[in-house]
Amino acid sequence: MTQKKQDAYHEFIKGLWRDNPVFVQVLGMCPMLAVTNSAVNALAMGGATFFVLVTSSFLVSSLKRWIPKQVRISTYIIIIATFVTVTDFTLEALVPGIHKELGAFIPLIVANCMILGRQEAFASRHSVRLAVVDALGMASGFMFALFSLGAVREILGEGALFGFKLFGENFEPWVIMILPPGGFLTLGLLLLFFNWLKERKDNLIQRLDDMEVKAR
Amino acid sequence: MNNRTQTSIKTAEPGSTRLVATLSFAGLLSGLIIVSVYEATLPTIAAYKAKVLQEAVFRVLPGTTSLQRLVYREGRLTTVKKIEKGEESIFGGYGADGNLVGYAIPGSGPGFQDTIRLLYGYLPKERKVIGMEILESRETPGLGDKIYKDAAFVASFDDLPIDPEIVAVKKGSKSAANEIDAITGATISSKAVVRIINQTNERWYPRLNLSNDIDSVK
Repeated sequence: MTQKKQDAYHEFIKGLWRDNPVFVQVLGMCPMLAVTNSAVNALAMGGATFFVLVTSSFLVSSLKRWIPKQVRISTYIIIIATFVTVTDFTLEALVPGIHKELGAFIPLIVANCMILGRQEAFASRHSVRLAVVDALGMASGFMFALFSLGAVREILGEGALFGFKLFGENFEPWVIMILPPGGFLTLGLLLLFFNWLKERKDNLIQRLDDMEVKAR
Repeated sequence: MNNRTQTSIKTAEPGSTRLVATLSFAGLLSGLIIVSVYEATLPTIAAYKAKVLQEAVFRVLPGTTSLQRLVYREGRLTTVKKIEKGEESIFGGYGADGNLVGYAIPGSGPGFQDTIRLLYGYLPKERKVIGMEILESRETPGLGDKIYKDAAFVASFDDLPIDPEIVAVKKGSKSAANEIDAITGATISSKAVVRIINQTNERWYPRLNLSNDIDSVK
């Protein structure tokens, strides 16, 4: 039981941090750059992707026995597209304002390679439980990445977070940050930061190993 | 267990009937789900769109308590039960006493990136715009989107004579009543808004002027 729990924990953390779909695998760049001009948009996009990924992983994993290998990709796409369309209509009915902002990028979730990637690489080979945990981890990781980008861009580009002004009247918004170039700039800097963190951690582990060897 | 499933898939080479059946079944199921969700959400979506339009009419025509959709047919404005496809319609706004307040006229035209759709309140006798609201636009965030986010720009349409037409001038150089200050950094978007109103008005002004008997419609 503890082993099982450990496995699940491992699969979850993997998506959230170690194999983060954006910062490590650099997948799903289209929505990442396009709709992260504010924290709210980023979270809405993250939420929509979250729903699609978790439900698709669950379904693909439960149906894997009956899906012939030759048509698996088309079947996955049908499953993903169905959930995306459902999300599209639901968002339009429940939160029309946010739906309008996200516009064409909700239907484009179908083409997010991170989602299809998880089906092919994980959900179709593992138990339903692990597939759902993996999807939860990856989706949370994606949402976390979108939010980091959206928050940085909104703070610098509008001087606000979630629409609340953070700075005084004298703050001159750095408009380029909410325009497309700002997306590339912020993403590049964030990737740099996460790679630096990883390198530092690797160095630390290396040093600890060396010390251990010496101690012996 | 995992291993067994994998081998069973590998050993049994499925016939094409099975492949076709799998995909058709998936497609059928997907279609059914999509149609039912569409049907379930359609009333909410349609109601929201109608509500947004109605609220916009009330905002651009202050003092309105009820409104009526009007079309221009056979030389006069009339109310019709069903609007024909492609036919332009405007809204007549009426006050609590049943008298006409003004017209809310929808217009659209190219903006900086995509079509801008807007609605403006108009008093034909005074030839005056008394309010403007952007219904739909995809202008650049942070720059062009100021045409609806910049309160000062929107407010400049609250009492603006179209005589003979509106002119957008550089910020701070407004000198006549029919001029408005364009937004710095969004000159093209500001001019697009002005152009849409001017063009729409050119089309509707003669029609509104001819239909003086419109007050009796209600």
